[in-house]
Amino acid sequence: MTQTDKTVNMEQITGAEALMKSLLNEGVETLFGYPGGAIMPVYDALYDYRDRLNHILVRHEQGAVHAAQGYARVSGKVGCALVTSGPGATNTITGVADAMIDSTPMVVICGQVGAAMLGTDAFQEVDVVNVTNPISKWSYQIRRAEDVAWAVSRAFYIARSGRPGPVVLDFAKNAQTALVDYQPQKVDYIRSYQPKPAINQEAIEQAAYLINHSDRPLLLAGQGIELGNAHNELLALVEKADIPVGCTLLGLSDLPSDHRLNKGMLGMHGNLGPNVQTNQCDLLIAVGMRFDDRVTGNLATYAKQAKIIHFDIDPSEFNKNVKVDVAVLGDCKQTLAAVTEKVHQIRHTEWVNSFEKYEKEEDEKVIERAIHPKDGPLLMAEVIRRVSEATNNEAILVTDVGQNQMFGCRYFKFTKAHSVVTSGGCGTMGFGLPAAVGATFGAPDRTVCLFVGDGGLQMTIQELGTIMEQHSPVKIILLNNNYLGNVRQWQAMFFRHRYSFTPMLNPDYELISRAYDIPAATVTERDKLDEAIQTMLTTEGPYLLQCAVKEEDNILPMTPPGADVDKMILEINDN
Amino acid sequence: MNQNDCNACGKCKDMEEKNTELCENLYTILIYSENTPGLLSQISAIFTRRQVNIETINVCASSTPGVHKYTVTCCCTRSMAEMLTKQIEKRIDVLQSNYYTDDEIFIIETSLLKISTPVMLADSRVSSAIRNHGARIVEVNPTYATAEKTGTTADILSLYNALNQTGAVLQFVRSGRICITKSTSERLDEYLAQREKERAQPEANK
Repeated sequence: MTQTDKTVNMEQITGAEALMKSLLNEGVETLFGYPGGAIMPVYDALYDYRDRLNHILVRHEQGAVHAAQGYARVSGKVGCALVTSGPGATNTITGVADAMIDSTPMVVICGQVGAAMLGTDAFQEVDVVNVTNPISKWSYQIRRAEDVAWAVSRAFYIARSGRPGPVVLDFAKNAQTALVDYQPQKVDYIRSYQPKPAINQEAIEQAAYLINHSDRPLLLAGQGIELGNAHNELLALVEKADIPVGCTLLGLSDLPSDHRLNKGMLGMHGNLGPNVQTNQCDLLIAVGMRFDDRVTGNLATYAKQAKIIHFDIDPSEFNKNVKVDVAVLGDCKQTLAAVTEKVHQIRHTEWVNSFEKYEKEEDEKVIERAIHPKDGPLLMAEVIRRVSEATNNEAILVTDVGQNQMFGCRYFKFTKAHSVVTSGGCGTMGFGLPAAVGATFGAPDRTVCLFVGDGGLQMTIQELGTIMEQHSPVKIILLNNNYLGNVRQWQAMFFRHRYSFTPMLNPDYELISRAYDIPAATVTERDKLDEAIQTMLTTEGPYLLQCAVKEEDNILPMTPPGADVDKMILEINDN
Repeated sequence: MNQNDCNACGKCKDMEEKNTELCENLYTILIYSENTPGLLSQISAIFTRRQVNIETINVCASSTPGVHKYTVTCCCTRSMAEMLTKQIEKRIDVLQSNYYTDDEIFIIETSLLKISTPVMLADSRVSSAIRNHGARIVEVNPTYATAEKTGTTADILSLYNALNQTGAVLQFVRSGRICITKSTSERLDEYLAQREKERAQPEANK
């Protein structure tokens, strides 16, 4: 840009309006927020930008961040939340931590007291930058209106590039009201930050060599594939080299559920085949995943027999939990493609078929009785599978946390990418409802199905107000078992059935839903389930379907915490 | 690496095998960062989270304008040192972070000792210890003398222990270590040159 251009483009506006223009420059269309004292100048500026920036008024700041996460996860764009200082900012902390551990691109902008009052314990002053530094990718305080354009552009660049994550901008009130000669900025280079490391050809060669010399390869597909839009590259590699795949919780829609090489979910409540075969394979290829303890179980016995290749864009993930033989640093869209070029077209028929016996065993002992029970109360698994099928397995799955999450991820099926929204690393109860609201804005053309328990729903139930106001078409399937089900299961298994504060007395959720003008129904009988699901899906806008499910159901199989990955429990003797 | 390399914590003094996965050693982590406020707390938080105690820390401007240098020592395993450096380097404004063993760097520390003048005059071991350790007296008055000793941690502690036996030490302070690498290449300069080259190809950063 020439000096003349700069002069022409300059205009004097407030820092708050500079924020509006900067958000538009970053392509922001939707933001989730809640006003308050220290962010009022921004909201005043927003009033004039309502036609360009769609602000969704949530009912609690935690809802704003989770909604921004849901939006980001299904759209691939950066989610944006706008809140006030002090409690407004601290209410976003759970969402910031959640987005950090789940690598979700998000920018949280919170108001702050004026720079002159910083450090004086002023009204609604909290040291947000220091609070959020350890749980965010970058946290920065804007103290001058002159810094707005630069800071916002830098924030979005950091949030979306490399391994994505949350960025917090702490916006001092004086910087919101001061006038500035605004000039748009575009940050796409920070010398201390390398979001896209160069590909190491030697690592590519070594990875290809190990794959070409493997008889029993197993690929672990993580969220990195979704984040890197590397679905086609993954498919090309596994089909060319005939590699069975296990998906992590956040990587479930990396590959269509019914693909012949998709062997199911990894982890504590994952499928038997990929877990057991982790300790049978001769080569483990981890892509965009971080060997979380819920996936590995006992590290001392984890895949000790196998060579391990790890593809990741974040070098700090290598050798963090599991020592690897080859670390392939870089964007997996590029590294997977580079390796695929060098691998041989091969078939591992016997190895791929060896998963069948585990599938059969799990089908017989777990799946069949979970999705096709002959009598007794409704089961979570059957509800989830029927909802999935009723959407042709094309819907977006949003879950809360607990049994609803594990059943949801096990029994929902996927045919499209970017279809899983769940709190993986943080395990945040209350995540589901606001995240589902965000997902409806991030993917307005898709059906969004939220599975939530009676515990988690009440943690952020106020967001029914947002759904009412926005008429967000969230299909809420409330799996009501009158328990904090997952904790109850652990109490049964590991604490001698001492149900310490897990039974819950519940309100009438149908009445609550209707109070928010959201149509609702309750289903208790199996033969009414399909009809109830159809009514929910064909009703325009939001809907709450309460399913009265078995109170003491258990999510199985299960690798007990700290146990070997291949020692899954398939059945529990309730006595 | 021999046992004496670990001067600060001594955790591994009873271990027969050194440099194994479980063996803790003293590592010096050199960090270069942009000169932005708040980075020290970000870096120290990484040590806290991994439950590694910082033995010494020194922060100052580096020879590269606008770049700050942190010299941190800690006792940990090699794999922990590697993890710490990677997690430190992940902070947006950190340019580089590397870990070194003592044989890979030139190290210096300094110390000041406030010594009781009456004890020094009464006990000849005091002046002999100062002479034998090559310490320098920078001030003497009837109440106290101030000695300055620069060297390795072991040199400094040896002087301190010798003087302390006499009961002469009124105050003692030891600086964090500072060091420069023995490497013939300058990693930071190479990194900055590489980044400058990449700046010309902005697509690579997206």
